[in-house]
Amino acid sequence: METNSPDQPASSATVRPTPSDVALPDQPDAVLTCDNVDVYYGSFKAVEQVNLGFGLNEITALIGPSGCGKSTLLRSLNRMNDLVEGARVAGTVSFMNEDIYGPGVDAIEVRRRIGMVFQKPNPFPKSIYDNIAYGARVTGMKVSSMDDLVEEALTRAALWDEVKDKLKQSAYGLSGGQQQRLCIARTIAIKPDVILMDEPCSALDPIATMRIEDLMQELRKDYTIVIVTHNMQQAARVADRTAFFTALPDETTGNRTGVLVEYGKTGQIFGAPNDKRTEDYISGRFG
Amino acid sequence: MNKKSATFPVLVIDDVAGSKGPAQLPGPSNISHFAGRPRPGEKIIKGVLAFSAALTVVITVGILIALIVPGVEFFVNVPIWDFLFGTRWTPMFADADYGVLPLVSATIWTTVLALIIAIPFGLGAAVLMSEYAHPKLRAVLKPILEVLAGIPTVVYGLFALQFIQLVVFKEWLQLDTGAFSVLAAGLVMGIMIIPTIASISEDAMSAVPMSLRQGSAALGANRMQTSVRVVFPAALSGIIAAIILGVSRAVGETMIVAIAAGSQARIVTGPLEAGQTMTGFIANAALGDSRVGSLEYNTLFAVGLLLFIITLIINMISIRLVNKFRQVY
Repeated sequence: METNSPDQPASSATVRPTPSDVALPDQPDAVLTCDNVDVYYGSFKAVEQVNLGFGLNEITALIGPSGCGKSTLLRSLNRMNDLVEGARVAGTVSFMNEDIYGPGVDAIEVRRRIGMVFQKPNPFPKSIYDNIAYGARVTGMKVSSMDDLVEEALTRAALWDEVKDKLKQSAYGLSGGQQQRLCIARTIAIKPDVILMDEPCSALDPIATMRIEDLMQELRKDYTIVIVTHNMQQAARVADRTAFFTALPDETTGNRTGVLVEYGKTGQIFGAPNDKRTEDYISGRFG
Repeated sequence: MNKKSATFPVLVIDDVAGSKGPAQLPGPSNISHFAGRPRPGEKIIKGVLAFSAALTVVITVGILIALIVPGVEFFVNVPIWDFLFGTRWTPMFADADYGVLPLVSATIWTTVLALIIAIPFGLGAAVLMSEYAHPKLRAVLKPILEVLAGIPTVVYGLFALQFIQLVVFKEWLQLDTGAFSVLAAGLVMGIMIIPTIASISEDAMSAVPMSLRQGSAALGANRMQTSVRVVFPAALSGIIAAIILGVSRAVGETMIVAIAAGSQARIVTGPLEAGQTMTGFIANAALGDSRVGSLEYNTLFAVGLLLFIITLIINMISIRLVNKFRQVY
């Protein structure tokens, strides 16, 4: 169904300021902020000194070459890095001015409020219905009608019409793009405040990618979205603000540590970057 | 291969397109461009593999025939109905009865008792190792379990008879029981099966992709919920296979029951009673001096045949179950 077509969005390389660029405040009204954040894997420092604020109901894109630590940073924003042996965060990540790594903070509650969509669609080997209901069931969410919750989540993820007649069938019967929208539906079903997306379209074809991008624009009205992407056109198309990261080798060890180079409105980053490295990267001269 | 191809005539794409008619290949036309070097070694390997595969089939069929022939002779003398539903098993007595139910009852008792021990502890150990344990703990636990699997069953039998039955049950707990009991045999058999169930289930759970656990965690599930609701169902076909293997081992286990369950064939009605299992009977009677071809001799094979059929049925049920519950990820 979802095949390549001549009008694939990825081919439109035109970089334009997002329409909201003008209306966007200079500084984001940040719900999620990083203050001097370093992320370590054991003794290896993967990301260094990140200061960022993710604006309410904005889409923020994290871009940069491979190994620049953007996915690592993303995973530290909802404590998914806790699952990685030896991962450690220094500095402060705060959600609505509360340190999510603070004492007494339950990582599970953090992940409930700050959801995540992964690079490869990862539906559970259960029915479509059970995939959506899973989050509500495990978190003990009070729902008056699970059927309504499932329908609402699937509708918001623009998947309802395609799956409404096969809710009891395995999610593995869906195409890759549908599976990824299912994973988004699953995430919004538990009504988080922030959705983190880790290269959500990298395993998808251009049409499925376009659908997810449309969906992101739709979701942005109610959610704060942070997306990691390798696709600069995608960042230019969907993001309100863009943060560009790069990796700098350590002078003594040679280990490459990610640093934030530049952060600003997407139109400015792509149109008039302040840093030479940003300009080189977005114009394809490196990375 | 790539180096070699340079010596062959090169096919030009333009020719294939058909604009100049059929491709003109240089060189004599009766030589194939694709002839490879002969590979005699491959034929030999294939032959050896086919022989190995055939051998297992032949041996299985041979065992089956060796069981069926004396078994059929037995059923010529004893009606199958009397065998399957008779409640008195006295093949060595003057007034011989051939009702197999006493043996079956002891087998059911020891098997069920073993599974009551082995399934919860085996699965618990598997969940701990695959979902909770730090890699270092796991590196210690798994070899210990494998040592447990390597202990000879005769040692387990001795342990059941001398320690569990005599010391624990009779001295410490002051239970009203004799020298043997199906409980002691079943309990120890359960301990013996734990590593089988734990190891295979752990493999099945570890094979569940990490991405599913991450997806579950990202939806606000804790580790227990992730284990029980995502990993366990996804690994269920492997877990069922592990349990079925455990059942088969329990039904077929001989040494422990021969030593610790007793050698009196009678219907077992409680866990503290002694009883003789099917395997226990075969082990005892096969050591006796029954003449080849005699009815006592054939009796051994009739019981063996029944054991074989029971195991076969369990395996068939398990294949059904595995297919039914399979969650493909």
